[in-house]
Amino acid sequence: MTVQTVDDKSINENWEPKIIAFLCNWCSYAGADLAGVSRIQYPPNIRIVRVPCSGRINPNFIIKSLTDGWDGVLVSGCHPGDCHYISGNLVARRRFAILNELLEFFGIEPGRVNFMWASAAEGERFANLIKKVTKIIKELGPNTKFKKKWC
Amino acid sequence: MEKIGAVLIVGAGIGGSQAALDLGDAGYKVYLIESTTSIGGVMAQLDKTFPTNDCAMCIVSPKLVETGRHQNIDLHINCKIEEVSGEAGNFTIKILKKSLHINMDKCTGCGVCGQKCPVEAIDMFNEGLAKVKATSVKYPQAVPLVYAINKDYCIGCGVCEGVCKAEAVEYDLEDQEVEFNVGAIILAPGFEEFVPAEGNKYGYGKYKNVVTSIEFERILSASGPYTGKILRPSDGDVPEQVAFLQCIGSRDLREGQPYCSSVCCMYTCKEAVIAKEHMDQVNPTIFSMDVRAYGKDFDKYIIHAQEEYGVQYIRSRISSITEDSKTKDLILKYETEDGKIISEVFNMVVLAVGLNPPNDAEYLAEKFGIELNEYKFALTDVFNPVQTTRPGIFACGAFQSPKDIPETVTQASAAAGCVNQLLYEKTGTLITEKTLPPEIYVAGQPPRIGVFICHCGINIGGYVDVPDVKKYASNLPNVVLADRNLYTCSADTQTIIKNKIEEFHLNRVIVASCTPRTHESLFQETIREAGLNRYLFQMANIRDQCSWVHMHQPKEATQKAKDLVRMAVNKARNIIPLERIKLSVTPKALVIGGGITGMVAALNFASQEYETCLVEKEMELGGHAKHIYTTLEGGSVQDYLSDLIQKVNSNENLHVYTQAEIENIDGFIGNFKTTLIHGDRKERVEFDHGVVVVATGANEYQPKEYLYGKNPLVIKQSDFEKLINTTDDIKNKKSIVMIQCVGSRDEERPYCSKMCCAEAIKNAILTKEKYPGVEITILFRDIRTYGFKEKYYRQAREAGIIFLRYDEKNPPNVIANDSQLKVEVNTPTKEVININTDLLVLSAGIYADREENEVLAMMLKVPINDDNFFLEAHVKLRPVDFATEGIFVAGLAHCPKPIEDSISQANAAVSRACTILSKDEIEAEGKTAVVNMARCSGCGMCVENCAYNAIELIEDRRFGLIASINQALCKGCGACSGNCRCAAIDVLGFTGEQIYAMIKGRL
Repeated sequence: MTVQTVDDKSINENWEPKIIAFLCNWCSYAGADLAGVSRIQYPPNIRIVRVPCSGRINPNFIIKSLTDGWDGVLVSGCHPGDCHYISGNLVARRRFAILNELLEFFGIEPGRVNFMWASAAEGERFANLIKKVTKIIKELGPNTKFKKKWC
Repeated sequence: MEKIGAVLIVGAGIGGSQAALDLGDAGYKVYLIESTTSIGGVMAQLDKTFPTNDCAMCIVSPKLVETGRHQNIDLHINCKIEEVSGEAGNFTIKILKKSLHINMDKCTGCGVCGQKCPVEAIDMFNEGLAKVKATSVKYPQAVPLVYAINKDYCIGCGVCEGVCKAEAVEYDLEDQEVEFNVGAIILAPGFEEFVPAEGNKYGYGKYKNVVTSIEFERILSASGPYTGKILRPSDGDVPEQVAFLQCIGSRDLREGQPYCSSVCCMYTCKEAVIAKEHMDQVNPTIFSMDVRAYGKDFDKYIIHAQEEYGVQYIRSRISSITEDSKTKDLILKYETEDGKIISEVFNMVVLAVGLNPPNDAEYLAEKFGIELNEYKFALTDVFNPVQTTRPGIFACGAFQSPKDIPETVTQASAAAGCVNQLLYEKTGTLITEKTLPPEIYVAGQPPRIGVFICHCGINIGGYVDVPDVKKYASNLPNVVLADRNLYTCSADTQTIIKNKIEEFHLNRVIVASCTPRTHESLFQETIREAGLNRYLFQMANIRDQCSWVHMHQPKEATQKAKDLVRMAVNKARNIIPLERIKLSVTPKALVIGGGITGMVAALNFASQEYETCLVEKEMELGGHAKHIYTTLEGGSVQDYLSDLIQKVNSNENLHVYTQAEIENIDGFIGNFKTTLIHGDRKERVEFDHGVVVVATGANEYQPKEYLYGKNPLVIKQSDFEKLINTTDDIKNKKSIVMIQCVGSRDEERPYCSKMCCAEAIKNAILTKEKYPGVEITILFRDIRTYGFKEKYYRQAREAGIIFLRYDEKNPPNVIANDSQLKVEVNTPTKEVININTDLLVLSAGIYADREENEVLAMMLKVPINDDNFFLEAHVKLRPVDFATEGIFVAGLAHCPKPIEDSISQANAAVSRACTILSKDEIEAEGKTAVVNMARCSGCGMCVENCAYNAIELIEDRRFGLIASINQALCKGCGACSGNCRCAAIDVLGFTGEQIYAMIKGRL
């Protein structure tokens, strides 16, 4: 295994962040589908992992994503009140409120991990979220704090 | 006479297929008869569908595949009806199966015969714009996938017979007569597109660059003659200025049909949008009379087309087209609204042709002994649009009247609902159970993954380098096969997948194509048929997430597709077979809402001997219909309503609760439990049921504009209807003005209420009949008398009713003026016309109450849309289903619609529900939460987080206090697992291990 040093965004002008997105099946994933069906263009930086509900997302998934070298994480579920599973997104919201503080304590910049909502009818909003998140993480630069140096 | 548990369906377009699936699922034997060589009808020819721009092939293909391989559906192609005898409950049918000259049982659809055939024939599927071989299949995704020899072209050279390895070619294969008995018949033969006659004023047939809309649909299609590029037929150039002409052959007494074809306004707008999307140089201009965007979310679509895609609308009917003989451009002469004559050059012209009755309508009518209407469409009941003039025979779709796909699907289900009502005792008597091969034991074996990558026509292949993704996938660990297909969802590819599973001993299958939300179950079914557990499957969504959203970045889209495939492979290595548990079904129904819709649904359930509970919040049944006296077509609503109420009250299987409020609905498909409070004494009732129909209706808008409520001379259309039907107060009025679109199509409610135009015209005509001296003026934006309702619009104009269009941005002003009102109308041409009137009638729209609907939506866990109406599972193909199984929607709760449409939806909802109620047990999802007992500390966090009360803490002999999950109640949401601090709970199908594998996939 080769040891890489990725420490400065200036090394590569063309650096593009890789972002992992955990989307709930019923709202946000469907919103992503709608963005697709409506051909709304957005930056190609995200890779989507489908989960049944935002409530399924264990904080470990997020931490693991950062240690494995993803530059950013996006978690998106149904709007509060819209959850297909009644209250899964509310459980998630409480959980991520705590996680956010923990991440800050770890030294993870605010904006590297994003929690959002998008419904099945919001293709446009979904695309805008991706644009926004990509921009934020581009400005933050590569994820170096948490990343294992050998991967 | 003994009733028979079988049904004949004539026509296998989307309507016939939907009816067949509903009835097949409800346990009837179905004979599905198609006159051409493949099912799918016109929908299979379409490129995209409005208002969602869904790819037509993508959504119809899984349905056709399902129809083609349904255990209870007997599909007969290339058929003709010979004889029909008998009566409702027991008909005898004789059909002639015309020979394909290829043995259907032997043909594998490999297509070698077509490749080698030396003779070319006209490709009718591509509307004559392309050529096929004399030995061919209708279209690549055809169901069933069998070739046929076109004897009109075949020269009898014998090449195909020589090359066919399956020995399927049999030139002298003869026509075959088949006879069977059925209990009911559904006619769904569809429509015939209008073809402008020779010497028509549009130059169609003479000028090459004048095409019909269905030809243009094929031009748009990725699988069409120009592979989705917008090219004009004369020289293959990209046309920059494209004119779309509406009402070709519709609303035209001289050269076409007098009625409105209902769908052209929307499909034209869609074609304009898609053309622009495919090629940015195209500038679409639409010439129309009225824009009839009366369906759910249609108006939004039109606005979006104008604002986002620059589609231009010109209100004019084209009088003539001439061709520039050098450039082959077309010169259109038209009159603008302010009377100017303009001559404009277009590179291409698309004629939005109307819908004619099927060519063999008279033949069918004679054979089946049904009557046709004045336009040669099936004559049906005023209130039940699927009931023909002969009992036991139903009609649906465009054969009943011109209509779009969702309305066709609704009517197809409605016809099935009526069949259920007729034959319910015989369900399950003539069917055979599906036999699946035993599951291959894969536990403990190393993963052998097969990856199938879809081109989706050019939807994926046009932007993502599919061969490169295939190459990449084949090098991933454990991948033993990577393959690519033009359409992975088509019937032929299902066979390929099954063969590859066997050939390569695959034990995990990945399809990289579109969204699992629509296609996962299709592929799961396929691998199950090949002996694999259905959960040994993964999808990578490289269309909706790559090609469609990164259209201008093919390199990045390809890289992303590779990443998604790799992540899917990583997950697939960790997936295991899962089991589905069986759930019992309570054969009872709950119908919420006691208007016409709710009552029709409840009565249908009850007459099938399902115990039914009908809940109405008001004191009495009847809903909105209490204020309607007649329909535009002359049906007496009050007579129908009182008859219906009487039937509802006298049915012993039906419990009616008025002044009722639902307190709580618990449970899931097949096993709901509802608590409600009803009556003056607020009695509490509990009811177990298997399905729910939401028929809660909507409300009439209470106008705030035009001095309503401030001046007694301003009333609502419904008040006016009451006055004209029950009093003679109108007698003394000299002038009446009606204003349309009050509370509809505005910023707050940007949708059309669909029925107001018909209501206004109905009341205006009645007033004119009673008091011919009264002057009536209707102020409108668009008159939306779609379908056969157009007749009454014409009748109204002939009766002297004045129709005046007002500027939508500048609505009329109403000024009180002693005993009269002055209405100032701003016309679109900036003129101001003043009308003095004795009465102002406001056509108030329909609105849904957010708060009320939200409460129910929360209880049922179903969505509502921006306009507060309930949101169905799929606007095109699942119009009465909710995404949550076992719950259905009908009537005004879904969106504004006239009575006959509500009745169709009610029967459709019943039909959909009967696919559940007719079974003793249904299978639950296999993706549920599981507890690792050794890890569980019994903290109880999961118990608190579970919204379904599916978890409880139990005392285990070995592990002490632990969480235990009820699999039947578990929905697999994972709220428990996400919170579990001991990592003791996992969600099958989305386990931590699987998700970590996906995360780790990053390179």
